[in-house]
Amino acid sequence: MLEFLARRLLVALLVCVTVLTFAFALTRLAGDLAISIAGAQATAADIEIIRKAYGLDRPILEQFFDWVGRAVVGDFGQSYFFRERVSKLIVDRLPITLTLGLVGLGIALVVALPLGVISALNEGRLADRLISVVALLGQAMPSFWLGLLLMITLGLRLGWLPISGTGTWQHFVMPGIVLAFSAIPALMRLTRSGMIDAMGSDYIRTARAKGLSRASILLKHAARNAAMPVVSIAAVQFGFMLGGSIVIETVFALHGVGFLAWESISKNDYPTVQAVVLLLAIIYTLLTLAADLLNAVLDPRLRAS
Amino acid sequence: MTALLEVEGLEISFGSLAAVRGASLQVNKGETHCLVGESGCGKSVTALSIMGLLARNGRRDARVLRFDGTDLLALNERAMSRLRGNRLAMIFQEPMTSLNPAYTVGSQMIEVMQRHRGATRAAALARAEELLARVRITSPGMRLGQYPHQLSGGLRQRVMIAMALMCSPELLIADEPTTALDVTVQAQILRLLSDLQKDLGLAILLITHDLGVVARTAHRVSVMYAGEVVESAPVAQLFTKPMHPYTRGLLDCVPVPGKVRRDQPLGSIPGMVPRMTQSFRGCAFVERCTLARPDCAGEIVRHRLAAQHDYLCQIPPDRVTAP
Ligand SMILES: Nc1ncnc2c1ncn2[C@@H]1O[C@H](COP(=O)(O)OP(=O)(O)OP(=O)(O)O)[C@@H](O)[C@H]1O
Ligand SMILES: [Mg+2]
Repeated sequence: MLEFLARRLLVALLVCVTVLTFAFALTRLAGDLAISIAGAQATAADIEIIRKAYGLDRPILEQFFDWVGRAVVGDFGQSYFFRERVSKLIVDRLPITLTLGLVGLGIALVVALPLGVISALNEGRLADRLISVVALLGQAMPSFWLGLLLMITLGLRLGWLPISGTGTWQHFVMPGIVLAFSAIPALMRLTRSGMIDAMGSDYIRTARAKGLSRASILLKHAARNAAMPVVSIAAVQFGFMLGGSIVIETVFALHGVGFLAWESISKNDYPTVQAVVLLLAIIYTLLTLAADLLNAVLDPRLRAS
Repeated sequence: MTALLEVEGLEISFGSLAAVRGASLQVNKGETHCLVGESGCGKSVTALSIMGLLARNGRRDARVLRFDGTDLLALNERAMSRLRGNRLAMIFQEPMTSLNPAYTVGSQMIEVMQRHRGATRAAALARAEELLARVRITSPGMRLGQYPHQLSGGLRQRVMIAMALMCSPELLIADEPTTALDVTVQAQILRLLSDLQKDLGLAILLITHDLGVVARTAHRVSVMYAGEVVESAPVAQLFTKPMHPYTRGLLDCVPVPGKVRRDQPLGSIPGMVPRMTQSFRGCAFVERCTLARPDCAGEIVRHRLAAQHDYLCQIPPDRVTAP
């Protein structure tokens, strides 16, 4: 187990270093930063001043190591556009994104797991088909449209939930539902296929031959084996929810990290872009690591190899 | 000799495939009943249907299916699960995949006893350890904490046997418990089963296609062919006075030292087991039978040789020549 852990941590670290390099390279490849920072009306002299001021005239490697050196201690410099420390921007907005992601993941799991299990236990019957059709329709629905639909019904007509902003937990319910919607079909399908595989396996036949209760067969013997692919995909989906919620953050006016990424990219605010990219990459890596560890807890065979 | 398990007119189908067609057999208390036959003749599905463990696409029907006087056909899943693992246990043909990879040997063994006997964890663990020692697993205490992937096929099968014995069942159904194992382990496990039988008064329904195993362990033998029990007899009778052409073919296939025929592959009768449908009438063995007659396509008579010996063939007992 310790060796497994060490190996996974090493991989995670390597991924972070790679992403660090890419995050840096990406903004340099986009063109001469000094020109884009200076803006369209700038003279050649202005651009030179900016180049000096931001240290862009130094050798590229020196810039890189300087940036990495600061980044590892959480210093991403000053945002060009927001006129604030990048780290502060992120610290302010990360909780919103995390809350939204957790609410989304929670809703997705609460809906997808039982539906997947019900589908599996009724394989090929009406309930199974109905659930697949509904999931398919859900998947086909664009999230901004679902968002608007919810706002009109739950927000305006019924007045149950606030339409935008971040004041209370209620503010996160609607965007959470929308986020969950995109994750539910995949989670459900994997739960279903995992449960079908498990229920048809020889060890489930053994469990039945032992006369175990239905609950024990389902929850102890089948679910644990069916859970592994679900854990992996849930981690990936959670990553998407955190990084890819730009549309939803825009629709619901939640100013989280997704929205920040969008703003900073459109404004050429490269210290912020770099920081956000790096942050999301680290979150992805940590999520994958967490999924691997959780799977190792579930499956003893993974711990051995 | 009281009947523990009575099966009459068992029919099992998977869609249009008639896997078992009117099979009957009886297992008496404390006896070993061997079920033999070629691959695909329906031995495993017969065993599974007795346990109520057929795959979802399988249909079971029978005139009689009784265990110790209880009509199994009338039991619902809940009532059946009270018998399974408790008074009626089964060891499967697939030792590699029959244990749950996610749980330790100990955890899988004790849950049977916790479920049926309400045993405490400690008591169940003690019992599990004792049984592991009983099936000759060395350092049983350590094995309890291991996972299936850490055990060889032979060990896993022994764990399955030990697990089946946790609640001291009256009937053990063993589906080719030794095919996956090497010869020395095979012999050990068979000896173990007969020892357990003597000690515990266990009745065993042993499925095998190894006639050597039959000769060593069985009290009674039923020969299956294409979903039917074509002959059933006490073991000595079957070996000395086989009546059905298929049984005789099987016995001919047993290599006798110095008498092995070189022109025929070992252990085979020419031809293949046909795929049966519900509408089939007549004798299923006819295509491979050297004694086939025109009336083999009609209704086949079950001849009774003695109270304990019957076979399903048109040829009457007095016309069957000594082997
Ligand atoms: N779940 C299933 N679905 C469809 N057909 C099945 C199923 N299980 C068994 N069969 C068919 O039923 C017939 C009998 O199978 P069974 O497993 O009982 O054979 P067997 O006598 O145990 O053979 P072996 O010696 O190879 O174990 C075979 O033709 C098999 O293909
Ligand atoms: Mg079989």
